Amino acid sequence: MSSLVLKDLYDGFRDPEVIKALSHEIKEEAKKLTSPIRVMEVCGGHTHTIMKYGLKQLMPSNIDFIHGPGCPVCVIPKERIDHAFVLAMLDDVILVTLGDMIKVPGSHGSLQKARAQGADVRFVYSPMDTIKIAKQNPNKKIIFFAIGFETTTPMTAALVNYIVKNNISNILFHINHVTVPEPMIELIDSHDEQVNSYDNQIDAFIGPAHVSVISGSKIYEQFPVKYKIPVVVSGFEPIDVMQTMLMIIKQFTQNRCELEVQYTRSVTYEGNLKAQALINKYFIAEGKFKWRGLGRVPNSKLNLKDEFSFLDAEKIYKDILPIDEIDDHHLCICGDIMRGIAKPDECTVFGTICKPSKPMGSCMVSSEGACSAYYKYGNLI
Amino acid sequence: MKTIDLAHGNGGEENNELISRIFYKHFKNDILEKSEDAAVIQDGNLAFSTDSFTVSPIIFPGGDIGKLSICGTCNDLAMMGARPKYLTCAVIIEEGFEQKKLERIVKSMKKELEINGAIIVSGDTKVVPRGSVDQIFINTTGIGEIQKKGISSNSITTEDVILVSNSIGKHGATIFANREGIELSTSLKSDCASLWPVVEKLIENDVKITALRDATRGGVSAVLNEWAKQSNVCIEVEENKIPTCEEVNGICEMLGFEALSLANEGTFVLAIKKEDEQKALEVLHSCDISKEAKVIGKVTTSYVEKVILHSAWGTKRFLDTPTGELLPRIC
Repeated sequence: MSSLVLKDLYDGFRDPEVIKALSHEIKEEAKKLTSPIRVMEVCGGHTHTIMKYGLKQLMPSNIDFIHGPGCPVCVIPKERIDHAFVLAMLDDVILVTLGDMIKVPGSHGSLQKARAQGADVRFVYSPMDTIKIAKQNPNKKIIFFAIGFETTTPMTAALVNYIVKNNISNILFHINHVTVPEPMIELIDSHDEQVNSYDNQIDAFIGPAHVSVISGSKIYEQFPVKYKIPVVVSGFEPIDVMQTMLMIIKQFTQNRCELEVQYTRSVTYEGNLKAQALINKYFIAEGKFKWRGLGRVPNSKLNLKDEFSFLDAEKIYKDILPIDEIDDHHLCICGDIMRGIAKPDECTVFGTICKPSKPMGSCMVSSEGACSAYYKYGNLI
Repeated sequence: MKTIDLAHGNGGEENNELISRIFYKHFKNDILEKSEDAAVIQDGNLAFSTDSFTVSPIIFPGGDIGKLSICGTCNDLAMMGARPKYLTCAVIIEEGFEQKKLERIVKSMKKELEINGAIIVSGDTKVVPRGSVDQIFINTTGIGEIQKKGISSNSITTEDVILVSNSIGKHGATIFANREGIELSTSLKSDCASLWPVVEKLIENDVKITALRDATRGGVSAVLNEWAKQSNVCIEVEENKIPTCEEVNGICEMLGFEALSLANEGTFVLAIKKEDEQKALEVLHSCDISKEAKVIGKVTTSYVEKVILHSAWGTKRFLDTPTGELLPRIC
């Protein structure tokens, strides 16, 4: 057997001829629709794909995208970044986190700023690299600022597992892992007593790719059943998203409302049971976590279980961590964008005061946020 | 408190802002404000440029900081159509640095000087306590004799076509792959090379050159965006015409980068008069370091000061100036 090269993993999924053919088929199928449909891509990875590859330009006028809350960097509220900042500034602490988290500004600035002011902040590609840093710095406390959805949670759980089993005493955790289905429910349920137009505008969901590899498609089962909103779990390549759109449109033209998986090459119904077991061993979903741009969502954040609170930096450093909540600027309309009521370019501060280099709200923070993607790629027609 | 962040040195938006807000504000003069790779002085007869070099790791596949320090300054001169002649060299060395390594670095500088036909005519050495610099920093400053006048990134028009000289992103991808913490094993080498020999051939063959720029920090996308702004035009690029290699594409896929934003150290972008497109390609293809040269786009007025990237399936988007520090995506 010849060995697999990296190119094989994406090349076929960007074939121009296939994309053109799917575009044609979508346009034909969409002619049968009796009313327009608005599809929310829950995950920022899909927002990125749609904008980067210009897929919106290939959709007919009765199909629209609503850009969801699924970018882990974007939805972390500023006060959590302030926690990281305060911890990073401690003399005996090395703060470790994943890639683009260090760019996100809190109220004192980003972790990059903390680093410029002398803090030891490092980014790792894999959480397991934290072990190496801990071994090289036995006199320091290494705090892993954990972030991400179901995709990255197993890696943090694996690190916790290693530390517990090997009695490593100088690694602590600040946990910011959040879950996907809860904010989806929150978006559907969001309702304003006075203004009907504030209700959600979501007709269908594109289900996240990597999250679903871990959690399985089973986590979306409730949406077609309880809320009558179809879900199609999609891969991240342009052809994946195009095929997913065709599947969604067909559900409407054929009067179906189902959970389907387009990304069958990686996603099963059950998901990665080993990873799920590891998560459940160390973490528990509890409380009401404040999502940036969305507000409080019940049971949407994972915490370390009580018996592992000796690893929990949030508990250990409780006395010095700020507790004030920080709201986004009142001109920011990220909440409306995520509910599908507004588009990024309808915001008065979009591209003027609010830019990727100086984000005011969650959607501008990382390239997977809707505003940032509109700014970067231009939403051209 | 406003501080300098690593993002201020990325060759992109924050970098430009810092330069104009602090340096240009106080140093303001006509020559500096042209914002070219090298300053053109003495009635357009001389090009003058300086560059400081810090790279981690200091020895990397395809070169080392010594080779880089000569290529960097000589290439800036070459991009103004100038033959590199005289260079100065200042090194700041961290206490404890191995002498053997220093000699290796100096030897690679010598080799690269010979390729350019240039010499070091003045130098300075400083040694600083451990921790004051990361191993070794090198500054080189160079003077070159302009062989073809009028090359400028301020004069690109719709009469020009846009080319790149080589497959893009190799230096940035190599450095990233070899950085501590990433640990990717790859056969990729930096494209680090001196460009004067190629530029000299273009001039000898009388190719009508409008502008040249080596696509260092910020990559090809930074160059195209600077040109679009400086010349008040729109540059439209065909994505499937941009030469890239599989290793670079693979690293970009894994880490969430775009090859167009990765640094190059021996690859340049050319704006050439349309009628000389073929001639330019023939010359470029005759040299080893520009064998993969391609025409990648055209100049229009559809979105002035912007760069448009066209996909092979008929969609288009902006190609933006890279922002922030280059960091891998979370998921």
